[in-house]
Amino acid sequence: MNQPVLLSPLLRQERMPHIWCPGCGVGVSLNCFVRAVEKSGIPQDRIHVVSGIGCTGRVAGYVNVDSFHTTHGRALCFATGLALSRPDSRVVVYSGDGDLTAIGGNHLIHTARRNVDMVVICVNNFTYGMTGGQVTPTTPENMKASTTPYGNFEYTFNLPALMEACGATFVSRWTVFHVRQLIRSLEKALKHRGFSFIEVLSPCPTLYMRRNRLGNPLNMMEQFKERSVIRNGEGTAGTSLEEGADLIVGDFIEVRRATFKECYERRMTEVLGERFVPYEGVR
Amino acid sequence: MAERKGIEVSLAIAESASACNVDCIAAYPITPQTHIVEHLSELVADGELDAEFIPVESEHAAMSACCGTAAAGARTFTATSSQGLALMHEILFIAANLRLPIVMTVANRALSAPINIWNDHSDVMTERDVGWLQIFAENGQEAADLVPICHKIAEDKRVLLPIMLNFDGFILSHVVEPIEMLSRDEVANYLPPYEPQQRLDIDHPITMGPVGMPEVYTEAKMAHEHAVRSAYGPICEHLDGFAKMFGRAYHPVESYKAEDAEILFVMMGSASETAMSWVDEVRAAGKKVGIVRFRLWRPLPVADFKKAIAGAKVLGIIDRHFSPGGPGGPVAQEVKYMMYGEKNAPKVVEVVAGLGGRDLDDDAFNNLFDKCSKVLGGGDVPPFELIQVRGGHYGKA
Ligand SMILES: Cc1ncc(C[n+]2csc(CCOP(=O)(O)OP(=O)(O)O)c2C)c(N)n1
Ligand code: SF4
Repeated sequence: MNQPVLLSPLLRQERMPHIWCPGCGVGVSLNCFVRAVEKSGIPQDRIHVVSGIGCTGRVAGYVNVDSFHTTHGRALCFATGLALSRPDSRVVVYSGDGDLTAIGGNHLIHTARRNVDMVVICVNNFTYGMTGGQVTPTTPENMKASTTPYGNFEYTFNLPALMEACGATFVSRWTVFHVRQLIRSLEKALKHRGFSFIEVLSPCPTLYMRRNRLGNPLNMMEQFKERSVIRNGEGTAGTSLEEGADLIVGDFIEVRRATFKECYERRMTEVLGERFVPYEGVR
Repeated sequence: MAERKGIEVSLAIAESASACNVDCIAAYPITPQTHIVEHLSELVADGELDAEFIPVESEHAAMSACCGTAAAGARTFTATSSQGLALMHEILFIAANLRLPIVMTVANRALSAPINIWNDHSDVMTERDVGWLQIFAENGQEAADLVPICHKIAEDKRVLLPIMLNFDGFILSHVVEPIEMLSRDEVANYLPPYEPQQRLDIDHPITMGPVGMPEVYTEAKMAHEHAVRSAYGPICEHLDGFAKMFGRAYHPVESYKAEDAEILFVMMGSASETAMSWVDEVRAAGKKVGIVRFRLWRPLPVADFKKAIAGAKVLGIIDRHFSPGGPGGPVAQEVKYMMYGEKNAPKVVEVVAGLGGRDLDDDAFNNLFDKCSKVLGGGDVPPFELIQVRGGHYGKA
């Protein structure tokens, strides 16, 4: 069998072919990610990728860096521990919308609130891919899922707005059509100090699109192209993904606020003075 | 009596829950359980089942919501597996001690790490002590039949306990079996509408789950122990009632060719069905071997088990979970507990096998049979062994 030629030494040749379906967007996002890492100049041994469980969660097994494939919903907690004990490394959480916002939603709001220094890449395909296409907190209203056969009637998360409200200091949304912008945004996030959240809208042709008769993956790419309006640096107001409305993408928020570690060290220094010895991390 | 139809076991379980006219289902998807709750959500959406389907955001939320619906007096059903069951752990105790008669099917699957979606019994066995009733199905027909039986047991006012219906993930959950499905009317004859003993009701306010100080905690535990242990009688009654009405008889402990057996295998779940054909072959070669299977696991059917193994010289136990660094597998531990101090107790040989989807096949049965035969011939009882390991147990070939 012909081995596919990999674009980057940051991917594990021996794990190919990957499990993603034809037309799935997760692989596109991963290509953007490895390019962003290369551009950022961060050495391979200074990047850690942490994933939860799901189709997107499989990323942890395909990246040629230290990676941690954790449990469903808890990637952010594993990553918090890793980030605090390896302050000299970049910790990246790479997971699906269900993993990060449903079962892991509690950790998402608190990790953002604490401004823990990490990059969170949330591939939003509007459904639980791995388990067969059930409704998630990001399924748009009226869209079908296996657990909402007549359409979702629940209110849908607007993830960038949620993250801004929680205190995330870098917040973006792109689609897998916007590969250049996504690479640039990921590169910026990798260099950002604090909690970065990048939502990547992505087609799941096998479950979400087929069930909702949304055509083939190219149709969704066309939608992403035609409906998207780029709005950088203007916050997250008005970015919800309502049906028919413009699809607002961009780097919405980029601010500097003390990270969890910085806050901790500042407070301890105030209280303990010279007795406080900041933790340098494991070697 | 209905015709047998080919149906995926997960769907049969969902249809069966629907025939029980459950009021509420709160669930989160997890392989290999997902098809059950997906099908229920369809039945609810299609108006075939008048119930509330709550697609919650985790299993912790699922079991919590089930406690809420059961506390309100709703007939409550859910399903999970593996990591999902583990995530429910905290709430399992609550459901049990608040005496909320929830029925939950568990498609048994291994626990991480490493991540593994295939069948063994580590999920349920680590939840052995949560105070639920626990029952294991051997095949799809049994799994489907046990759904109404479980509701009947759980909701019996002498019982009022949640119940876990275990069946092997993939091996049963994803196969299409010919199953005789009960109609809603048939089930209604067997299972009357649920009448809660106590519920949260604004006209008669009560508090559920308040603090139990040291002065009452032990008594609460005693009451719970009593409830689980004495559920045995009603369980037998409702199994019998089912047999009388529908002709399919289920007992707390089941045996196969055990009467004159010198060596008896003891196991749980679907493996015993595979082992039956192996037993037939070995019997044809003149060896006296049989199988005993626990259907009921909590409360532990001690008397039935002792009766089933009477006369056997060696018991060969197959566990699908074990306690690392501890005394081996749970089934073997409990069998030894039952044998301790018994006169003429059989010797107990134990293996752990069939972990994380490794097939329990003739090789495994032969391996255990050889060990048992040596003991039968006067050899020492070997310590518990993890078989089917490449390189052997502890690297010994
Ligand atoms: C505690 C627990 N519950 C449920 C599951 C089953 N499960 C695995 S992945 C998944 C959802 C994945 O959806 P998402 O996070 O959106 O990722 P995608 O597959 O769409 O990339 C679920 C429910 C699990 N592994 N662990
Ligand atoms: S099921 Fe959907 S999300 Fe999962 S690999 Fe296939 S297309 Fe991608």
